[in-house]
Amino acid sequence: MNFDYKTHIDQVGIEERVARFNTRSIKKETKTKGLKLALNMIDLTTLEGKDTEGKVKQMCFKAMHLADDIPGLPTVAAVCVYPTHVKSAKNFLKNSAVKVASVATAFPSGNSTLDIKLNDTHFAVDNGADEIDMVISRGEFLKGNYNFVFDEIAAIKNACGKARLKVILETGELSTLDNVRKASDIAIAAGADFIKTSTGKIQPAATMPVTLVMLEAIKEHYKKTGIKIGMKPAGGISTAKSALQYLVMLNETLGTEWMNNEWFRFGASSLANDIILQLGKEQKGFYYSKDYISND
Amino acid sequence: MNTESFNWEYAPAPEAKDHAKIKKQYDLFINGKFTKPLSKKYFATTSPSSLEKLAEVAEANENDVNAAVKAARVAYEKYWKKLTAKERGKYIFRIARIIQERSRELAVIESMDGGKPIRESRDFDIPNAANYFFYYAGWADKLEYAFPNKTPKSLGVAAQIIPWNFPLLMAAWKIAPALATGNTVVLKPAEGTPLTALKLAEIIQYADLPPGVVNIITGFGATGAAMVNHKDVNKIAFTGSTDVGKIIQKAVAGSNKKLTLELGGKAANIVFDDAPINQAVEGIVNGIFFNQGHVCCAGSRLFVQENVAEEVISKLKERMETLIVGDPLDKNTDIGAINSKEQLDKINSYLHIGKEEGLEIHQSNCNVPSKGYFCKPTLFIGASQSNRVVQEEIFGPVLTIQTFRTIEEVIEKANNIPYGLSAGVWTDKGSKIFNLTTKLRAGVVWANTYNKFDPTSPFGGYKESGFGREGGLHGLLPYITF
Repeated sequence: MNFDYKTHIDQVGIEERVARFNTRSIKKETKTKGLKLALNMIDLTTLEGKDTEGKVKQMCFKAMHLADDIPGLPTVAAVCVYPTHVKSAKNFLKNSAVKVASVATAFPSGNSTLDIKLNDTHFAVDNGADEIDMVISRGEFLKGNYNFVFDEIAAIKNACGKARLKVILETGELSTLDNVRKASDIAIAAGADFIKTSTGKIQPAATMPVTLVMLEAIKEHYKKTGIKIGMKPAGGISTAKSALQYLVMLNETLGTEWMNNEWFRFGASSLANDIILQLGKEQKGFYYSKDYISND
Repeated sequence: MNTESFNWEYAPAPEAKDHAKIKKQYDLFINGKFTKPLSKKYFATTSPSSLEKLAEVAEANENDVNAAVKAARVAYEKYWKKLTAKERGKYIFRIARIIQERSRELAVIESMDGGKPIRESRDFDIPNAANYFFYYAGWADKLEYAFPNKTPKSLGVAAQIIPWNFPLLMAAWKIAPALATGNTVVLKPAEGTPLTALKLAEIIQYADLPPGVVNIITGFGATGAAMVNHKDVNKIAFTGSTDVGKIIQKAVAGSNKKLTLELGGKAANIVFDDAPINQAVEGIVNGIFFNQGHVCCAGSRLFVQENVAEEVISKLKERMETLIVGDPLDKNTDIGAINSKEQLDKINSYLHIGKEEGLEIHQSNCNVPSKGYFCKPTLFIGASQSNRVVQEEIFGPVLTIQTFRTIEEVIEKANNIPYGLSAGVWTDKGSKIFNLTTKLRAGVVWANTYNKFDPTSPFGGYKESGFGREGGLHGLLPYITF
């Protein structure tokens, strides 16, 4: 396919639009409803070299029991782990609706051969991963080798079988919003079910301007083909307030059809606790110590 | 997984108004005091959204105007002319600071009296009003650096008449440069939106300005006419309609009064096929729906290159669906109330004209409050230069859309209008922007943005949009002589 066309994204304009979303005032039932939805969209994540089965087990329990003292809370959407922990995560979560997502393809750099990436993917899928979070080859992308990136995504998609594929663009390394748009187009064309901003290992991770550009790519694809693509900003979203701002942006850009965890996720580790704190405050009427909320 | 459709309507988020103190009755602010009008007459100012009467304000007659001009003259000769420039600057700084301190109250009153959404009065009008005072306070003691090798001198008494679309901000645009250059002021806000100017009078009193340096009087056209025709006025500054501007220019002809006019507009907002389309759509929205379209520099004539017209129009229609029309005091409102019944009637008459002319009309599906003066954001699609809705200033949330094929064609069409206040250009190509800025007959040309204001940047028109500049170093010139 030909991806050599010019994209036209104006950074100043994007930032202005984002600022406008952030002036929306979310109160009362809109706030509670939004916060519960945001909780339900979280991919609870641990991606560290020091991860162990014990750590994964504790996180999985948390995923199913966010704060049992507050009635009516949903679970998170999924847990996100390295391929070697997929099996145990699947095992711990087997009676719940929480999915298991696995990073694959030589995460986070993606600097490896296609064979290794395919093996990585097969391994995670065979162990029961419901979702695969792959990284694109940013070096090849920046060289202008767009079809290399496309082919790689298409091959991984093929290896995913029934698992849904999230394609991480690592926007913090792409430098311009024009590049973000182009990488989004390539990922979508190559068969991504979701496009995702970041690994969480590079700064800046998810930002609202970058997410808006990706949402626009999804919207235009949907207009042309009628096919929906999901969106996952990941990394750096740690407060309930910023989660609500993302939801405002989602609601006003893609609309209510995307307002569920089938089509939108937050990749985050500490966001859940801040949302729990806010929901607990709404219920109890006062703020309370964070020590009442588990840190797993 | 949860895939049922999720309805997320924003709950009401009204800005509190209990802290906004509005007196039942306002007198004329002359010689540092609120004084009863010699006319003994008062008129009501009402909210265009709730339709409740907010206050009664005095109607100044010729005798009141005489008193105000006399106070300004005495203050000029006695205090202001003699004051060192540095001290003058301090007073202006003080006004700016107090505006900042009271910004919340001013924003609420601006939205109540004028109908603009609190988001705009809070984030645009009031902070900018403070910024203009800050900026010109800085010039007060640096005038000889602004005009090297010349000796700038003040003029005397400035009579200033301002419109209803940006009540406090226009007062700031007028008063700040006049004071910085050493002039004294008689200012008349529009009859429909006098409250923030009267609050400014309170601020000026609180800032302890020498009495008479700023006088603020309220009234209708006759009051303005008395100001313009007054023999002891040295300078007239008017912002408002082109029709009234022409009357003023005739009245001033042959006198020694210095004049600046900032009048109507019908700006071309031009979108090329190499533009960042999504951001251009945002700019179109900001260009025409900002302040309900009550903006003299509003981008009311959209020109779209034919090969992207379909895309731009469909995206624009979609974006319009997310605009919330409603209570000006709700923090989520995008488009507030039309300023007055008279203005709403005028807009509606143009909607009628456009339909009669056979244009395709499109309005968003938003809910509109049953009480108050509201107008849905409106597009006229497939318009041409010969349509009256293209030629005449509507001053409402109504956008006409024309298409073009070549750059020559769009320049010709953009300039083919009696007005020349502003224009917008959307393209990724820098060279195209510079080419257009030299050929568009407009005082301001925005590139890849729209409706941006800054105190350091001059603003003003060509042709029937007026003359003279406000803002920046150029904004000092109308108030000085060498």
